[in-house]
Amino acid sequence: MLAAILILSVLAILFGLLLGFAAMRYKVEGDPIVDQIDAILPQTQCGQCGYPGCRPYAEAIARGEADINQCPPGGEAGIVALADLLGRDVKPLNDEHGEHKEKKTVVIIDEKLCIGCTLCIQACPVDAIVGAAKQMHTVIKDECTGCNLCIPPCPVDCIHIIPVEDDIKTWCWPEPEAELEQPPIEEPV
Amino acid sequence: MKRRLWHFHGGLHLPEHKQASMTKPVVAAALPDEIILPMQQHIGSPAEPVVKVGEHVLKGQRVAKASEYVSAPVHASTSGEVIAIEERGVPHPSGLPLLSIVIKPDGKDEWTELKPVPDYAQLDPSALRNVIRDAGIVGLGGAGFPSFIKLNPGPDNAVDTLILNGAECEPYITCDAMLMQERPRDIIDGLLIMKHALRARHCIIAIEDNKKVALTLLKNSLQEHEAEFLKIVSIPTIYPSGGEKQLIRILTGKEVPSHGLPIDIGVVCHNVATAAAICKVINEGKPLVERYITVTGETLDQPRNLKVRIGTPCIDLLNACGWREDQTDEVLMGGPMMGFGIPALDMPTVKTSNCLLARPKDQPHQQPAMPCIRCGQCAAVCPAQLLPQQMYWYARARDFDKIQAYNLFDCIECGCCAYVCPSRIPLVQYYRFAKTEIWAKERDKEKADHARQRHEFRLQRLERKKKEDEERRRRKKELLKKTQPKPDSEADIKQAAIQAAMDRVKAKRATQEQQKKNIENLNEKQQQAIEAVEKRRQRLRNAGADNEENP
Repeated sequence: MLAAILILSVLAILFGLLLGFAAMRYKVEGDPIVDQIDAILPQTQCGQCGYPGCRPYAEAIARGEADINQCPPGGEAGIVALADLLGRDVKPLNDEHGEHKEKKTVVIIDEKLCIGCTLCIQACPVDAIVGAAKQMHTVIKDECTGCNLCIPPCPVDCIHIIPVEDDIKTWCWPEPEAELEQPPIEEPV
Repeated sequence: MKRRLWHFHGGLHLPEHKQASMTKPVVAAALPDEIILPMQQHIGSPAEPVVKVGEHVLKGQRVAKASEYVSAPVHASTSGEVIAIEERGVPHPSGLPLLSIVIKPDGKDEWTELKPVPDYAQLDPSALRNVIRDAGIVGLGGAGFPSFIKLNPGPDNAVDTLILNGAECEPYITCDAMLMQERPRDIIDGLLIMKHALRARHCIIAIEDNKKVALTLLKNSLQEHEAEFLKIVSIPTIYPSGGEKQLIRILTGKEVPSHGLPIDIGVVCHNVATAAAICKVINEGKPLVERYITVTGETLDQPRNLKVRIGTPCIDLLNACGWREDQTDEVLMGGPMMGFGIPALDMPTVKTSNCLLARPKDQPHQQPAMPCIRCGQCAAVCPAQLLPQQMYWYARARDFDKIQAYNLFDCIECGCCAYVCPSRIPLVQYYRFAKTEIWAKERDKEKADHARQRHEFRLQRLERKKKEDEERRRRKKELLKKTQPKPDSEADIKQAAIQAAMDRVKAKRATQEQQKKNIENLNEKQQQAIEAVEKRRQRLRNAGADNEENP
């Protein structure tokens, strides 16, 4: 009896130590779930969700503060992917945060009007605007995420939203029209 | 000894419709009013124009250079003047425009200086590949992949078999068959050049057994010593035996792995037309500026093959063959199985155009599709051994993970499944739709990752700048503390700073006044003039001081 208790206690202590050691040795830096959520978010860094960027929103979702339907650029596909990952129910996009736009957009600076104030450069979350004080600014189209954060600070309203047009490389085949539900009934002659 | 052949899964025996366009010999198409050369006629990055509007170019002159490794240059297909470099419609299912060089022919068709390679066997394979790359040769079978890349097996791969694809299995198309009949020796010479570049051990030219004439002519032009390593093989006529993976299966019995390339199993496959084009480059120095195109269909009076300058508008070719426009429903580029409707007929023919097929009105496929009845005929004919109906359901449900699990990307879009479908479901359209959607998603993902990286970098940069500013302020404060021995209060610090600034200004002014410019080598007159000015300035200054004192 005593021997059994002793053996079991020793084993318990041993495994406890082993687990404790493993927990320290293989400690995971950061929160992996945040990385997974962040990977789903579209990285426009637009702040429409109410957080200053995609990662803060991912952290808020992980903490349970924010809901999964606050990201308009991600749209329904993003919500479905988040719901899948977190095991929650899919819900429609919360329209308080904006509408999902099917067509991607970028901004363009009307260079004739730009006064070189640098305010848009400071607002751009991905450094997609080049220029210097009192010099003309321009948007690097390939880097622009279409977050539109540069538009409110512009004092002369010289930044415009333009849709991204498809070229041959990015063009997608349209989905074929769905089949007839019922085959046509032939009239008896 | 008869060579052993294997079978691939599925396939179809289709009505051939080839005879109509093979009765007449190939003739050169007339010089059009305009030659339109799109900058992308190949897989890879578009070429970049190297000529300007107004420049006179000669036939065979390079007008656009390859922009990256996977790219191909473009050459003028006739002599004339460059009248525009602008976006023009190109034969692509999207109908979207592409940057193109437009040439107005001068009618002389004058060649540029040609540089043939006298003895290619002396050339290093990489030098040979460069010659082929500079001639703008791309796969002429339909895909248009730059040929010099496919002629580079890489350091780790040995090429056992080089296959020349002369199967031409799609109905109506006969341009390769005519090429094999008219220029058999060019094809064999081109094959030998390819063999040299690849250091291949065996070569096979594969021809479907419905092209008896081409087979005999090719065999006749084969020289005795070549017959040891070069075999001309007749394969059964079954669609799609001309698919690269299917042809390799027929000839070698080996399967190209999923997501793999033929080189993984020691095989390289090229089209016969590519071989003939390479022969022209080496023996005559002529870059890829023309090709054979089949112009055929039920609504043409004289269906035939034409030797076409690349960039000739489709409408010119149709008119040359007696096209009856009013009876035509649409004109396909390519065959009836894999071709696509040309959005507008003034679009040019490109390097990969092999056939123009005019379709008469009232074809059965134009009737509406009906529901899938799960008959499984599509799976029975699929040459890639896929499950077309499963993929169809997942494409409709937009379940792109699942459809990839069913190996969507092994689909060669041959159209067998849609051909046998009793419900006339446009199955291939669904796979094309799914493929491009998946690519678009991948692009979005890449873009998002890139944006995340840039955003994180920006945050880091702002953080660093903040720290640096703080550090600078701290240092300045320390410096100030050192120079001003223990000031009593904050007001004193401010006072000291103001005093220091005023001192600095005073010192600067003093040095400015002392420094006089351009006073070397003055003659007496100038010296006197300067003195007079100085006196006047002194007087004014005194007067100014008086005014300030007594306003």
